[in-house]
Amino acid sequence: MAIDQSKIRNFCIIAHIDHGKSTLADRIIEKTGTLTSREMQAQVLDNMDLERERGITIKSQAVRIVYKAEDGQEYIFNLIDTPGHVDFNYEVSRSLAACDGAILVVDAAQGVEAQTLANVYLALDHDLDVMPVINKIDLPSADPDRVAEEVEDIIGIEAQDAPRISAKTGLNVDQVLEQIVHKIPAPTGDSKAPLKALIFDSLYDSYKGVIIFCRIMDGTVKPGTKIHMMATGATVDVVEVGYFGAGQFIPCDELAAGMVGYITASMKDVKQSRVGDTITDANRPCEEALPGYKKVNPMVYCGLYPADSAKYQDLRDALEKLQLNDAALQFEPETSIALGFGFRCGFLGLLHLEIIQERLEREYNLDLVTTAPGVVYRVHKTDGEMIELTNPSNLPEPSSIEYMEEPIVSAEIMVSSEYIGAIMDLCQERRGVYISMEYIEETRALLKYDLPLNEIIYDFFDALKSRSRGYASFDYEMKEYQKSELVKLDILVNKEEVDALSFIVFSGTAYERGRKMCEKLKEEIPRHLFEIPIQAAVGGKVIARETVRAMRKDVLAKCYGGDISRKRKLLEKQKEGKKRMRQVGNVEIPQEAFMSVLRLDED
Amino acid sequence: MKSAQVYIHVPFCKRKCEYCDFLSAPMGEEARDAYVKRLIYEIKNSEWAQKGIFVPTVFLGGGTPSLLTGRQIKSIMDTLFTNFEVAEDCEITMEANPGTVTKESLKAYREAGINRLSIGLQSANNEELKALGRIHTYEEFLESYELAREEGFTNINVDLMSALPYQKIQTYRETLEKVCALKPEHISAYSLIVEEGTPFYEKYREDVARLERGEDPLVLPSEEEERLMYQDTEAYLKKWGYHRYEISNYAREGFECRHNKGYWMRYPYLGFGLGASGFTGSIRTKNTADFKEYMEKEIVPEREVIDTEAAIEEFMFLGLRMDVGISKEAFLREFHKSIEEVYGEVLSKLKEETLIFEKDDRIALTPYGRDVSNYVLAMFLR
Repeated sequence: MAIDQSKIRNFCIIAHIDHGKSTLADRIIEKTGTLTSREMQAQVLDNMDLERERGITIKSQAVRIVYKAEDGQEYIFNLIDTPGHVDFNYEVSRSLAACDGAILVVDAAQGVEAQTLANVYLALDHDLDVMPVINKIDLPSADPDRVAEEVEDIIGIEAQDAPRISAKTGLNVDQVLEQIVHKIPAPTGDSKAPLKALIFDSLYDSYKGVIIFCRIMDGTVKPGTKIHMMATGATVDVVEVGYFGAGQFIPCDELAAGMVGYITASMKDVKQSRVGDTITDANRPCEEALPGYKKVNPMVYCGLYPADSAKYQDLRDALEKLQLNDAALQFEPETSIALGFGFRCGFLGLLHLEIIQERLEREYNLDLVTTAPGVVYRVHKTDGEMIELTNPSNLPEPSSIEYMEEPIVSAEIMVSSEYIGAIMDLCQERRGVYISMEYIEETRALLKYDLPLNEIIYDFFDALKSRSRGYASFDYEMKEYQKSELVKLDILVNKEEVDALSFIVFSGTAYERGRKMCEKLKEEIPRHLFEIPIQAAVGGKVIARETVRAMRKDVLAKCYGGDISRKRKLLEKQKEGKKRMRQVGNVEIPQEAFMSVLRLDED
Repeated sequence: MKSAQVYIHVPFCKRKCEYCDFLSAPMGEEARDAYVKRLIYEIKNSEWAQKGIFVPTVFLGGGTPSLLTGRQIKSIMDTLFTNFEVAEDCEITMEANPGTVTKESLKAYREAGINRLSIGLQSANNEELKALGRIHTYEEFLESYELAREEGFTNINVDLMSALPYQKIQTYRETLEKVCALKPEHISAYSLIVEEGTPFYEKYREDVARLERGEDPLVLPSEEEERLMYQDTEAYLKKWGYHRYEISNYAREGFECRHNKGYWMRYPYLGFGLGASGFTGSIRTKNTADFKEYMEKEIVPEREVIDTEAAIEEFMFLGLRMDVGISKEAFLREFHKSIEEVYGEVLSKLKEETLIFEKDDRIALTPYGRDVSNYVLAMFLR
C-alpha cells in the first residue's frame, strides 16, 4: 500500500508567540476531520498542561491529516508543531529538519514581530519554503493589507495571495489547506535507496518502550527491519511502524521515503536512540549519516532541593522521568550545608530551568528550593589539572588555581534600527564584545556580539525585550571558553558562610552583585531577636554589608475572651513562617531567599 | 459546667474610632432598644439559663455600653440575676466612654449592679485624642471620672494607649502622670496595634510596612520608642503603687480585674450578644457578627472544639501573658503529663535565650521575653 510521495506534504507552523499558531493547527486538524469537533479539545497539539496554560509549545508534536483537495485528490499532511522560545531552538531545529515547508502565521493587527523573523530565518536555514498566512482578521484592529505589505517588505516573501483567515472562527482556513497542496513542496526521497531516517523526537511508553519519531528521507522501514542508529551504534529489530493520529499512534505496514511516523523496537533504554541521530538499515546501510543537529549540552546549572528533605527520593524519581523525553536535562546528586540533599541540574537556558521546575512542582507535586543558576567554568589548576566547575562550592583553593575560563557565546540580535543604540549599550554592560552589524533591510539590523554566557542567563532576554519594546530577537550559540577574571562571591549570614548562596562572578562586577545580594537578603530575611549582619565576601574579604535589625518589640497588646482564636491564628502564622525556613547557624533563612538572587536586577 | 463568667457585648458607639477593629457601629435609639430586647431573649433562652450556674464575674463590653440607658442596663442585669447564680461579691464591670455618662445614668448603673467602671481615656493629650478619632477631650474625661467617683464607683479602670501617631515619650509620660494623680484602682495600658481594615491601616500603611522591615516609621513611634514607652509605664506606675499583672494591665493591691484574669486562666465563660464568644472548657463558641442575622435568625453560635493539644497550647500562651506565669503543677493536674514532657526542648531553649525564667513551681516571661512575647508564645504552638 505504497503512498505516492507527490501526495505528501510535511510542514510546520511558525509564528511569533500569540499570533495563533496552535489555534490554526487545531483548526486544520478539525477541518480535515481528523478529530470531530466533539473530540476536539482546544489546542490539541499542546498537550502538556503547562504548555496550554502558558500558551507556549515546549515539546514538538506531530499529527497526520488526510485532506481531499479541490483537484479531487487525497493528500497526506504531516503537521509538526514547534516550540517558539529561544531556549528550545534545538527543538525547533529538529522539527524543521523533518519538514519540507513552513506556514508562517502573522497577526493581522500586530504584524511582523521579532520572533516572526527569527523563526523565518530558522526555516530558511533549513531550506524550507515559507508560506505566509495572515491570521486574526476578525479583530477590529486588523489591517491585513498593511501586514501583507510588511511581510513582503521586511521578510521579502510574496504575501499578496496569503490567505487572510481567522483561525479562531475558522474563516478561510480552507484556503490555507488548498495552498498547502500547491505551495509546500512534496518530499523527494528515493524509497528504493538504502534507509535513511532522521530521529526528531522520542518518548517512552511503558508498554512499547521507546517510541522514535522520525522522518524517512530515503528508503523504507517496516516491522522486522533490523535498524541501526548511526551515532549510538545500537541495532534493534523494528516491532511496529505507524503514523500520528491526533493524540494516538496508528500502526501501518511500512514507512517509505517522504513519510513522517514512528518506530518501536522494544527498546527499554532511552539512551539507545538519540534525537538527531540517523536510522539506517543494518543489512543495507546508507553511506553517510544525515547532518543531524547540534548535540545539546546544558548551558546553565543550578541546585534543586526538595523543600521537605524527606522528598529527596521523590525528586530523584521525578527528574529521572522528566529526563526520558528531555535529553537536555541533566542532574547529579549534591549536598549543601544550608539546603541538605539535592541535585545539581543542567539546563539549556533559564526558561528550560523554569519549565522543569514548574513541571516538578506541578506534575510531581514537589516543593522546591532553587539556587542561583550558573554556567560551567573551566578551572585550570597550578598542577595542570582542569576541572569543569558546575557548583561554585567546589571551587578549589584560590592558591591552587592558575586561571579560570568562562563560556562565551556568539549572539545574534535582530533589532529595529531605532533600538540599536539601546541594545548596544545593553551588550556593553554585559561585557559583550562587538563583532559586527549589518542592515538586513532599511529598518532592521543584525548585531553580532560575543557575550559571556553567565551575563545572559539571568535576565538578558527580558532586558532585551524591554529595551527594544519587544522588537528584538535573540539567538546564541556556544562559541568558546575564554580566560577571564572570575571570583567566587560568598555570602555570610551572621558571620556564617551560606554555601547555597555562593556564586562565581566576573571580578569587575563582584562588588555590585555583592551589594545587591546583601540588599535583597536584607529584605528576605525576617528580623530575629538579634542583629544579623549580611556580608558579601570575595576571598575572605568583605566587600559589602547590610544588617537585619534586631526585633526589639513584638507584642499583642490585647488578648481577651473574644479574640483568643484570632490571636492564636496570628501566633500560628508566625510559627508557620518558620517552617518554610532553612536554619543556617542560628539564623532562619526563608527558602525564597535562595531564589531571590535570580531577581537581582528587578527594581 | 458549674460556673462561668459572663461577657455581654454592646455593639454601639457614637462614632467609630479610627483605630478600632471591634465589632461596633453607630446606631439609632430604636436599634439599641431592639438589641437589648434580643439580648434578654438570648440570655433567657440560653442552654445554660436556669441551671444554677454560678457567675463570679460579669463584663459588659463594647462598643460603648454606656450608650445604653440605666433602665436598659438594669433589664439586662436583672435577666442575669434571675437566670444565673450571680455571686454575692460578683465583679460586674461596664465599659464607658467619657462624655456619654451623666450623674443620672451613673446612678442607675450602680443601682443595676455595676460595681466596676472601665473608662476609655486612651490619652490625656487632646491632639492625640483627635488623631485617634475619639469623640472626647481630656477635660470631658475628667468630668465623667469625677461624676463616677461621686456616684460611688470605688473600682475604676482607665484605658490608655501608647505608640500613638505623633505621640512622644514625653507626651505619653504626661498622660501617665495625669492619670496616676487621679488614683484609679486599675490602669490598662495598650500599645496601639494598627489593625487591617481600620482607617488607621490605610493612613499608616507605609509606617506599618516600615516597622515590619525594621525601619524607622514616619509618624508612628519607632519600635525603640514603643519599647521605651512600655518600659516607662511599668516603672512609673510602680511609683504610684500599681503593679503589672499582665502584659498590658496594672492594678493597685487587690484590684486586679478578676474577669480578665479568668480568660488567661482559661475559666469557662458565657458570651451573650452580637459576635460574643463563650468557652465551656472544651468548646469555644462564637455568635454571629451579622447584626441582622443576630436580630432575626435563631441564635446558633459557631463551635470550635478545643482538643487537648489546643488546650495545652492555650494554657501556655494565655498563662504566660500574666506576670505570675503558669504553674507546672497546674499543667500536670490538667493534662496528666509534665510540662517538660511536652515542652522540654522549647523551655530550655527559651531559658537559654533568657526569654523565660523558672522559679519554684512557676514559669514566667522575663522583661526581655515580654518585649518580644509573640516570638516566645508562638514557640508553644505546634
